Amino acid sequence: MYKYSDFDAAFIAERNRQFRGQVDRRVAGSLTEDEFKPLRLMNGLYLQLHAYMLRVAVPYGTLNGTQMRQFAHIADTWDKGYGHFTTRQNIQFNWPTLSDVPDILDALADVQMHAIQTSGNTIRNVTADHFAGAAADEIADPRPVAELIRQWSTDHPEFQFMPRKFKVAITGSENDRAVIKAHDIGLRIVEQNDVLGFEVIVGGGLGRTPMIGKTLVEFLPREDLLPYLEAVVSVWNEIGRRDNKYKARIKITVHEHGIDAIRELVAARFAETKQEFAGVDMSYLAQFEDAFSEPVYSNRPVDAYDLAYSNDPVFRSWADTNLTAHRAEGYSIATISLKAHGQTPGDATSEQMRVMASLAERFGHNELRVSHEQNIILPHVHLAELPQIHAELSQIGLATANIGLISDIIACPGMDYCALATARSIPIAQEIATRFDELKLEHDIGHLQIKISGCINACGHHHVGHIGILGLDRAGVESYQITLGGDATETAAIGERAGPGFSATKIVPAIERLVLAYLDLRQSDDETFLETYRRLGLAPFKAALYPEAKAHAA
Amino acid sequence: MPRPYLPKVITANALIEGDVVYMTAKGMWSRCMRDAEILNDEADAQIRLIDASAQSDDVVGVYLSDVAQGPNGAEPVHFREEFRRTGPSNYLHGKQEGQAHV
Repeated sequence: MYKYSDFDAAFIAERNRQFRGQVDRRVAGSLTEDEFKPLRLMNGLYLQLHAYMLRVAVPYGTLNGTQMRQFAHIADTWDKGYGHFTTRQNIQFNWPTLSDVPDILDALADVQMHAIQTSGNTIRNVTADHFAGAAADEIADPRPVAELIRQWSTDHPEFQFMPRKFKVAITGSENDRAVIKAHDIGLRIVEQNDVLGFEVIVGGGLGRTPMIGKTLVEFLPREDLLPYLEAVVSVWNEIGRRDNKYKARIKITVHEHGIDAIRELVAARFAETKQEFAGVDMSYLAQFEDAFSEPVYSNRPVDAYDLAYSNDPVFRSWADTNLTAHRAEGYSIATISLKAHGQTPGDATSEQMRVMASLAERFGHNELRVSHEQNIILPHVHLAELPQIHAELSQIGLATANIGLISDIIACPGMDYCALATARSIPIAQEIATRFDELKLEHDIGHLQIKISGCINACGHHHVGHIGILGLDRAGVESYQITLGGDATETAAIGERAGPGFSATKIVPAIERLVLAYLDLRQSDDETFLETYRRLGLAPFKAALYPEAKAHAA
Repeated sequence: MPRPYLPKVITANALIEGDVVYMTAKGMWSRCMRDAEILNDEADAQIRLIDASAQSDDVVGVYLSDVAQGPNGAEPVHFREEFRRTGPSNYLHGKQEGQAHV
């Protein structure tokens, strides 16, 4: 993992010192809220519905045991004993008081973390494939590049007052687990004639105007990455719309100007930026590649795994659902579900955090990941250790075997916490998970992603859920709109609206009708919900959702 | 036709904790909606809002919120305000936590 240099540590300490002074002046009354608000947002501090919320960056979703323990310590000392992992691979604390935040930031600095650029119209925390450096299908680990982008974009003087926020995601695999086509810039490491480079995708995004990103360049040489990114952001910073917040994101700029015009503008700007990078970025990248070198794997028997797999059906179910192929023989990637049925998606208690930290330290080369799907990952675990890991997770409510299944729901905080929300998300997720657990159907249903957002800004990625749910305020009542057929992977697609919304009490039965219809419609047990939807289209699902309309027509 | 005026309360978030607060008839901030002064006159509400907004050392984001007169004082008319006065629905945190200790 990357370790702070003296420069990094001094930079963070100075920022924290400044923010402590700003908080003091706000509390003393010498700064007004209008003056203070941009300063707190620069440091990740929001004021939400019931309290402040501190959003802490987990760089490209990677953290170690010490950092996870510190989250537990922060949760116990200054919050309510838990944290919320988000779809941006970050963690949010929902209940800090303003006067405690400087201490929290110092505690984060102690473990080389911060909350800078987790808000505001800046380049946000770069997100990455949560299986980076471990996945069997990977061309190269994207995290050294993600770290390079982080260092370039942090406090970048040209990019502190942009038209809107800007989000970059990166993957090193053909199979996209980082939703790169729904980011302002998506990067995919590609190989051409044995040389590594990047496919650069631009103009994706969800929110009010969902769009799938378009390829700006199919193969960008590695050494051109930063000057090219600088050119893209610079072009948008200049021509992006500042007259209308809803038209300010680069997806609208690309849409209005066309990808070819943007490509030409970027090429012209790149001719300038390329001159300004004298190759120092590549020497940094080489350092970061060393920092992210692969763990030393051991060659051990896997009998303990085989034995548990044959004898313990609970372990077997978890292994079948929550493990992913690792590139090293005898190893596996284990996903820890933060989606126990009926619990809040993405929440972990301090006690659970400490168990995950301990497992990473003892069995996982001290590495943890946060996925955009709001789960935690042990990326490098030996198969022989898995029975022990599973046993310890079971004791603390973290052994739910549901990764990729209907109860592995993404949900934004919604109106239970968020000041922007138009409806609640969390209770809908809780009820759907509880209902399908009661029906004992979720393993039969198989791979099915439900994603729930509590407003049009789409933090819950509802547009790219196989089933998307969007909570709205319709004449003073919570109303939930369903979209179908969305896809968050390399075959990314925006879901199609199914019809009128459902009330909070009718949305869960509607989802149940929809899923039962799928079970009737699928050609075989192997045909996923998304495959059935693609084969048959909206009509049969719509009929299941709105039986009264069908009765009317008959 | 102009919409009929609905009774209002003045609400905000406390500066330090961020907790939802309401303006009382004595011009103090209370954490409890039933302590809120109900403003039945539009012009009066606007003046009271200006006064309340001036207290920026104690609170953030002052605004007028529609209410109905209930048996125990103001009642929210919109679900957002219901959540603000109650707290989140997934845990008994915020105001519910306080009430659990009463």
